[in-house]
Amino acid sequence: MLKIKDLHASIDDKEILKGINLEVKAGEVHAIMGPNGSGKSTLSAVIAGKEEFEVTQGSVELDGEDLDEVAPEERAHKGVFLSFQYPVEIPGVSVTNFIKTAINESRKARGMEEMPANEMLKMIREKSELLDIDRKFLSRSLNEGFSGGEKKRNEIFQMAMLEPKLAILDETDSGLDIDALRIVANGVNKLKSKDNAVIVITHYQRLLEYIVPDFVHVLHNGKIVKSGGKELALELEEKGYDWIKNEAVV
Amino acid sequence: MDLKDKLISSFMAFESNVDIEHPVHDVRTEAMKNFEMKGFPTKKEEAWKYTSLKNLQKVDFSIFPKEENALEYKQVKKYFLHEVDTYKIVFIDGIYSSYLSETTHDGVDICLMSSALTKPMYKPVVDVYFNKVASKDESLTTLNTAFCREGAYIYIPKNKMPKKPVEIIHFATGNEASLMLQPRNLIIAEENSELQVIERHQSLTSNEVLTNSVTEIFAADSAIVDYYKIQNDSENASLIDNTYIDQKGKSNVSVHTFSFGGKLIRNNLNFYQNGEHIESTMKGVTILGNKQHVDHHTLVHHIEPNCESHQDYKGIYGENATGVFNGKIIVDKIAQKTNAFQQNNNILVSDKATINTKPQLEIFADDVKCSHGCTIGQLDEDALFYLQSRGIPQKEARALLMYAFANNVLESVRIPEVKARINKLIAKKLGVSLGFDL
Ligand SMILES: Nc1ncnc2c1ncn2[C@@H]1O[C@H](COP(=O)(O)OP(=O)(O)OP(=O)(O)O)[C@@H](O)[C@H]1O
Ligand SMILES: [Mg+2]
Repeated sequence: MLKIKDLHASIDDKEILKGINLEVKAGEVHAIMGPNGSGKSTLSAVIAGKEEFEVTQGSVELDGEDLDEVAPEERAHKGVFLSFQYPVEIPGVSVTNFIKTAINESRKARGMEEMPANEMLKMIREKSELLDIDRKFLSRSLNEGFSGGEKKRNEIFQMAMLEPKLAILDETDSGLDIDALRIVANGVNKLKSKDNAVIVITHYQRLLEYIVPDFVHVLHNGKIVKSGGKELALELEEKGYDWIKNEAVV
Repeated sequence: MDLKDKLISSFMAFESNVDIEHPVHDVRTEAMKNFEMKGFPTKKEEAWKYTSLKNLQKVDFSIFPKEENALEYKQVKKYFLHEVDTYKIVFIDGIYSSYLSETTHDGVDICLMSSALTKPMYKPVVDVYFNKVASKDESLTTLNTAFCREGAYIYIPKNKMPKKPVEIIHFATGNEASLMLQPRNLIIAEENSELQVIERHQSLTSNEVLTNSVTEIFAADSAIVDYYKIQNDSENASLIDNTYIDQKGKSNVSVHTFSFGGKLIRNNLNFYQNGEHIESTMKGVTILGNKQHVDHHTLVHHIEPNCESHQDYKGIYGENATGVFNGKIIVDKIAQKTNAFQQNNNILVSDKATINTKPQLEIFADDVKCSHGCTIGQLDEDALFYLQSRGIPQKEARALLMYAFANNVLESVRIPEVKARINKLIAKKLGVSLGFDL
C-alpha cells in the first residue's frame, strides 16, 4: 500500500530525513519509535504532503502512485489520514461542521453525492459512542481550549469518521489517561481491517500492548536504524536507545 | 473650481431652498463658517495621515441632484433585508422615496429629518438634541451640518420598542456623472427604549459617488440601541461616515461596521459615556481587495465611573487594499472602574496589501482595566495544512480560516437575518460556497 524509497527531506536546507525505506502492506500495523527530534513527525508530515518540507531525493508511493505532486487534500481523498501530534486549534469552526465538510469534500473528489444528513448524524452518533465522546463536545470550536487528551480523542474521532486506508497516529497516546488510552486503542482496533493499515508513532510500549504491531522500526537521525517484531518495543523500553545508536555508528 | 470652493458657492443656492429664519439655519451658518476656515482635512493632520481626500476633491461632484429619480422595488430588492420585515427610510440620490419607504408614527417616530427640521411639532426635540453631540469643529462634520436637510429621524419614547428594525438605505442611480450626498440622521432612544437600525449606502452604477454622512445617536438611561452599517458599495463610491453617540446611565449601544466594498471608506465612530454602568460595543469586519481603502477611527470617551467598552475589529486585506485602524480610548480621572477592551486583528492575503493599526490610550484614572492588542499576520500555515490533510481543498481551507477569523465578530449581532446576510456576504466575498453556516 505504502512504499517509501530512499526518502530524503529537508526544511530550510536542513536535511531531516536522510534516506528512509519503509513498506507497509494492507492489513499491517507498523510502529515507529525513536528519540526526540529523530524525524518521526517530519516523516508523517511528508507522507501527508506538507509542502514546507522539500523532498530532495527518493519517493513516497501509495498503491503504486508517486505522491510527489499530489496535494495534501488529494492524499486525504486517496485515504491517507494523519492524527497530529499537536492538533491545531481552529476557532470559529465546530467539530461537527468541520467533519461534515471533510467527509463531503472527500466524497465529492470521489464523484459521490454528499452524505445524506440522517446518515451523517447516525454515523456521528455511532463513532462518538465508540470513542466515548460527549456529543456536546462536538459543537465546540475545533480543538479550541480542548485538553491535551481531548484533542487526541478528537483526532481519532475524525479518523473513525473518515475511515482512512492508511492512518498515521503521531503520538496519539501522549496526553491520554489510562482509560482514554484503552478506549482510543479499542477504537483504532475496531477500525482495523485487512484492507487498511496503521502506522503508530509512539515513545511507549504501553500503547503497543493494545494496538499490537506487526513491525517495529527505530528512527534515529533521519534514518530507520533498526526494524523488528513487537518484541523490539519491549527491548527498547528496557534498554533505551543508546545501544541502537551505538550499533548504528558501527 | 475645487470641491471646497464649489461647496462654499453652493451654500447660497442651498439657502434659497431652506427656511433661513429657522433656528437650525443659524447652526448651519456657524458650521459653514467653520468649514470655510478649515476646509478638507489633509494628510498633515495626524488623524488623516493615511487617508487622502485629495483625489476626491478633484472630482466635479454635483452637490444637488438635478432631478428626482425613481427606482422599481424589484431593481433594488436585493439590497433590502427582505428576509425580515422592517421599517424603511429610503433615499434615491439624496431625495426621499416615499414609494420605497415604510415609515411610522405609531407610538414611535420613524420618519424624515426634513420633517423634523421644519415642522413645529418636532421643534422641542430638535432643540434639545440636534447637533448636540456632533462635533462643531471637525471640518467634515461641520460641512455636513452646513448642508443638513435630509436623512432619517427616529424618536423612540420612553419604554417603547418599534415593532421591527429600521433600515436606512441610500441609493445612487448614476444619473449624475458624479454625485455628492450629505445625509444627516438624528436618532433618539429615550429611557428604557429599544431600537435596531441597519444602514446601507448603495451606488447602482460605476459613476462616482461621495457620501459625507453624519449620524447622531442619543441613548437615554437604560436604552438599548444596536446599529449595523453595511458598507458593500461599488468600486467608485466613497463614504465618510461620522457617527456620534451620546450614552446615559445603564444604556447599551453597539455599532457593527461591515466594510466589504467601496473606493474609500472612512469611519469616524465616537462614543461619549455620560453616565454610569454604560456598555459600548464597536465591532467591525473588513474584507477588501483591489485598491480599496478603509480607515476606521474609533473613539470612546469614558467620562463617568463603572462603564465598559468593547472593541473588536477584524480585517482581511487582499491585492492592493489598504487599511487603517486607530482606536482612541480616553478615561477621565473620575472614570474609575472603567473596563475598556480593544482588539484589532488583521490578515494580509497579498504582499501588496497594507494595514496601519494603532491604539491610542489616554488614561487619567488609576483603577481601570484596559486591554488592547493588535496583530497583523498571514493565514496560519499549520492550520491550513491541518484542514487540507483532512481533505478540504486549499482554496476552501483558506476561505474557511478567513471566514472563521472574521466570523466571531458576528456573535454579538442580535438580528438573526442580519447575521445570516453578513455570513453570506462574507462567504461570497471570500469566493466560497460553504455547505453550512458556521
Ligand atoms: N519547521 C521546521 N523548521 C526547522 N526545523 C524543523 C522543523 N520541523 C522539524 N524540524 C527539526 O527536525 C527534526 C525532527 O523533528 P520531528 O518533529 O520530526 O521529530 P520527532 O521525531 O517527531 O520528535 P518528537 O519525539 O519530539 O516528537 C528536529 O531537529 C526539529 O527541530
Ligand atoms: Mg514528533
